[in-house]
Amino acid sequence: MKLSLLWTDIMVWFLVISLLVWSWVISRSPQVKKQWHTIFKSSIAMASAIVLLFYLFFTLLDSVHFRFSAQPAESQGQTVQYKGAMVSLLDLIFAHNLKSTERTYSAPFATHEYAKSIVVDEKGVTSQAYLPLKYVSKSDDLMKKSLFAVFLGLIISSILILLHLFWKSRDGFWNEFKKSWQGETLLSWRTAYLTVIFLVVISTWFYMLSYDYHVLGTDKVGGDVLYQSLKSIRTGVLIGILTTLIMLPVAVFLGVSAGLFGGWVDDLIQYLYTTLSSIPGVLLIAAGVLVMQVMMDTHPGWFETTLERADLRLLFLIMILGITSWTGLCRLLRAETLKISQIEFVTAAKAFGVGKLTIIRRHIIPNLMHIILISVVLDFSGLVLAEAVLSYVGVGVDPTMYSWGNMINQARLEMAREPMVWWSLFSAFVFMFILVLAANLLSDRIQTVLDPRNKS
Amino acid sequence: MFAYIIRRILYAVPILIGVNLITFMLFFMVNSPDDMARAQLGAKQITPELIRSWKEERGYDKPLFINHDAEGITTVTDTLFMQESLKLFSFDFGFSDANRDIGSDIKERMMPSLAIALPTFMIALITNISLALLLVLFRGSVLDTSMMIIAVIIMSISGLFYIIAGQVLFSKMWHWVPISGFESGWGGVKFIILPVLIGVFAGIGAGVRWYRSIFLEQINQDYVRTARAKGLSELKVLFGHVLRNGMLPILTGVVVIIPSLFMGSLIMESFFGIPGLGSYTIDAINSQDFAIVKAMVFLGSVLYIIGLILTDISYTLFDPRVKLS
Amino acid sequence: MNTILTVKDLSLTIDRERLLKSVSFEINKGEIFALVGESGSGKSLTSLAIMRLLPDVISVSSGEIKLKNNSLFSLSELQMQKIRGKSISMIFQEPMSALNPVMTIGEQVAEVIKIHLGLKKEAIKSRVISLFEEVALKEPKERYNWYPHQLSGGQKQRVMIAIALACEPDLLIADEPTTALDVTIQAQVLALLKKIRAKRDLSILFITHDMGVVAQMADRVAVMRHGEILEEAECKTFFDDPQHPYTQSLLKDARGIREDRKTTDIVDRLLEVEDLKVYFPIKKGFFQRTVGYVKAVNGVTLSISRGKTLALVGESGSGKSTIGQAILSLVPITEGTVKFENQNLARLSQSELKPYRRKIQVVFQDPFSALNPRMTIGNIIREGMISLDVGPKERALQDKYIRELLLKVDLKVEYVHRYPHEFSGGQRQRIGIARALAVKPELIICDEPTSALDVSVRSQILTLLRKLQQESGVSYLFITHDLSIVPMIADEVAVMKEGKIVEQGSMLSVMETPQHEYTKKLLKSAPKLPKSK
Repeated sequence: MKLSLLWTDIMVWFLVISLLVWSWVISRSPQVKKQWHTIFKSSIAMASAIVLLFYLFFTLLDSVHFRFSAQPAESQGQTVQYKGAMVSLLDLIFAHNLKSTERTYSAPFATHEYAKSIVVDEKGVTSQAYLPLKYVSKSDDLMKKSLFAVFLGLIISSILILLHLFWKSRDGFWNEFKKSWQGETLLSWRTAYLTVIFLVVISTWFYMLSYDYHVLGTDKVGGDVLYQSLKSIRTGVLIGILTTLIMLPVAVFLGVSAGLFGGWVDDLIQYLYTTLSSIPGVLLIAAGVLVMQVMMDTHPGWFETTLERADLRLLFLIMILGITSWTGLCRLLRAETLKISQIEFVTAAKAFGVGKLTIIRRHIIPNLMHIILISVVLDFSGLVLAEAVLSYVGVGVDPTMYSWGNMINQARLEMAREPMVWWSLFSAFVFMFILVLAANLLSDRIQTVLDPRNKS
Repeated sequence: MFAYIIRRILYAVPILIGVNLITFMLFFMVNSPDDMARAQLGAKQITPELIRSWKEERGYDKPLFINHDAEGITTVTDTLFMQESLKLFSFDFGFSDANRDIGSDIKERMMPSLAIALPTFMIALITNISLALLLVLFRGSVLDTSMMIIAVIIMSISGLFYIIAGQVLFSKMWHWVPISGFESGWGGVKFIILPVLIGVFAGIGAGVRWYRSIFLEQINQDYVRTARAKGLSELKVLFGHVLRNGMLPILTGVVVIIPSLFMGSLIMESFFGIPGLGSYTIDAINSQDFAIVKAMVFLGSVLYIIGLILTDISYTLFDPRVKLS
Repeated sequence: MNTILTVKDLSLTIDRERLLKSVSFEINKGEIFALVGESGSGKSLTSLAIMRLLPDVISVSSGEIKLKNNSLFSLSELQMQKIRGKSISMIFQEPMSALNPVMTIGEQVAEVIKIHLGLKKEAIKSRVISLFEEVALKEPKERYNWYPHQLSGGQKQRVMIAIALACEPDLLIADEPTTALDVTIQAQVLALLKKIRAKRDLSILFITHDMGVVAQMADRVAVMRHGEILEEAECKTFFDDPQHPYTQSLLKDARGIREDRKTTDIVDRLLEVEDLKVYFPIKKGFFQRTVGYVKAVNGVTLSISRGKTLALVGESGSGKSTIGQAILSLVPITEGTVKFENQNLARLSQSELKPYRRKIQVVFQDPFSALNPRMTIGNIIREGMISLDVGPKERALQDKYIRELLLKVDLKVEYVHRYPHEFSGGQRQRIGIARALAVKPELIICDEPTSALDVSVRSQILTLLRKLQQESGVSYLFITHDLSIVPMIADEVAVMKEGKIVEQGSMLSVMETPQHEYTKKLLKSAPKLPKSK
């Protein structure tokens, strides 16, 4: 077994690590720390953040890949051959789902297939009957199993919460516990704990039951819908945050330069973003994707497995989205930089002969952070929603890759079927909705706290 | 004013050239004219002569940017890029690679796009502004907070969901309107009801929030305090003062979209089978028809720039402080 | 009916904190009643309470307000709307933003007439025009269709007065109506208010922080502080014989102390400006050609001696701030020389200027925008030191140096780690001064450093500046529009108008025996405090 990371895996871990570093840096400034405390005083923000962390957790689980050797370990002296498939931690956890592909549709928690098929019994009589599902357990103890799963979930979440309380407690464990229970801690920890309990219980319940049932049903080719939805998390989250990783430096660099240096620099940058934004977005992305497809067709040596190929396409899609979406933030930053450079503390710095670059670093960027932050979180939800639309148009992720857009697309084509197959669609939409809602609610709270206009 | 418009149009030219350049580069990175010829001619009997004549017919035999065989200024002018750009600027879209007249196709498909986009735009505008004003009137109340939460929820749901749910509910299950299709004239009304309704509803969340924040910003201004000191009722303050001043930032956001309404919504038209410019574009992307894509990108850019110019002009009409300079 | 307004035991609270504590006073018919206090004293809140325009978060915890014996608090909102603009009207401080920018001024006056008096269109219009004539707005008929941005500050305020008078109110509340106006304009507006009061027998509640204005306008005065009225008296008694110690200190600060300054005859010219011109191009037309120039500074010659203060006085638009920016090389100099220690700064490049930046520094007007809200006080002061290579290089020694600076400007050393928003306006201005001092300059350009401060704080800052000058021999170019503080700080005075200096000389000669017409007009317009007994 060999650890084998995809390009996007590397990027996401890099991002997570730099986020941790950034939060540590932030916590050194008491002013910024206080702002974040105010943001998380709100229960809604806290709950949204926990939900987002949960999604991130699944993304990271799915971003550590391994390759298994095809031959037993006794073969020596030969290069070990690896199977074509790459599996992630998430796949390992849900390995049972991978193996339990049914023949066709089935409803959530069903024991039999959704549509009737023609059956020939021993006597040669044909009839139409519901075939039983292959991997669903025959026992009728759904209730018992659920209770057990809920109980297990409560234990797990309690352990997590207790660990957190221990780590946090300075003035005695019981004090901390009481404070959290009454909701009188500095941040909304009580809401956080409740959210954690809720999410862990649900996840445990789904997981335990997934051994015996297809919790969310199966799709047309019998794939488990729960498994697909969970795998799609990585795609959605990656598109949301990695695109920002690429888009941010470009927008900040160009926006601040245009606002501060003025003159021909400003004219050039304005020309750039006016030209780019006048091309209809979808067309630009479609064109980029076509270019990418041709490049990939002519360079098959870049990837070895289907997964790698799909991942490369995801990477390119993210880069294209990043290059085409910097214009909005750039405009905002340019306008704000213009305003800030007129304020007197910047004039004071100029009177001290402080260099332009230092002025940008010390005076302008810190005062732009609120715009950048709000923009980043808002764009995240926009991008997650856009992925679905792009897949529909045909310029989204690779059809072999799990994504909510692909799930919707495939399910949509079967919509006319009677009776209607709704669970695949519904599952994709709900997973997507929860992620986007959490991001929007959090960004709302951030905006309320950080927007200087709200301070009156 | 006239001089201003002329100057803005002149500024638009380098932008359009830039747009063309980008489209060109992107498309020809993907397909060389040879590839395109092969794709269009089909698999049967492809000979170099057929390819050459196909290219000559369409003028694709010229080099892309620099023509080394020519002399002087024609080095740059006798190229594919120059030739195609000039045609575009005179709005001669030529023929698609499948030999249909693009210009007439565009004219034909404009109306269906407008038939959906225009009503959606107007109804959404009126609905959003009215709701936003209502919320500002009752700001801080339970109505305000609950509407804001509903707005966030509405905008967090994917647009595809609205379309699919709408089609399932209203067409499939209740049979109120047809699922898709289009007909011009008054009979076609039943085909646009659902897309328009869905378009308006999907945009309510984000729209009401945006207008509400604009109006709220106005409410905190000094002149509103003066208006109240005059004895005006809160309603009169809203409609007589806040709305009028709020129109200015609203104009910046809204007017720029109006010309682009012609382009139609790519998604709506596909789902509802509307033969408009949106579906035209999607089909062209899928079949890699460069001529059409080139024309649509150019058209889209022109419309966007017209939108920008209209925004500036509307500003001078509505804001007495702004003088065209 | 002689008493128009009765305020009795008015108390306001927000979140369990008391903003107004049992405020009581009365205003009689035809009387100008002045409510004086510094910022935060509660005077504006009182006026908003009378109009019932308080924000929702503030509640009236007790008290009563009667207009001609009718209780205002017992009225419904609908009934109150009939009072506002009709029986009581109000004018505000910032004429720039108090008028609706997209409505014509005629419309805005007509609006208040329409809702209260219900006259016909023609009648309304002629009434508006006669109101414009009453407030001395020139060309009233043509200006009916003008927009606010086309008027000057003084003209806008006249329009506000017209709106306030339109329905013949019993009481006019004027909340700092002239604070944002130039001295000469202020004099005109105050005279106008007095004329209107005489003609209509109008009662005026005049809110201000300017003692000079009070002396000129008021019949009776009340002093407020921290939400309470401390003293109330007839105007003459108030100035001749103030009772409360706070009133006494306010008057003392307002009058200012003029120390006798030892003037040496040794003239050591530090800065010499000769025929300085700063023109800003105006671009118009199709090709953005330069069609003309805004001549902000149009041929100015002045000089500053070492250890002395030159006050540069002028109204808005006179170019005084531009001169400061030109000396600091923050705007391009069109013509002329700026000689510092015999080196012409106008001809130097940015890198050659750097050593001079150490020697010439600046203190700004607005304490709220002069400091980066995201930097600690220590780092704000440190910035200049690092950039211009002044003071100790080692961090610990730098910290010590900064702490000494804070003590010098009368601030506590623990403030080093705090952020600007934690301080008051006066404290922030001290930080600004410390920042300028950190690089040990020889000349400090003070660009209206006290204009945004309360009277008592103002005198503290001026005292501090004088102390620093005596200790270190630093020179000041003190830019101001406020004549009353000139005697407190200046050795020499130069008066500016429209880019040119119209008069300059020693402080005593300019202030007491002015030669130029404009100087005389400025001195005459400034509201005067009666001398202390």
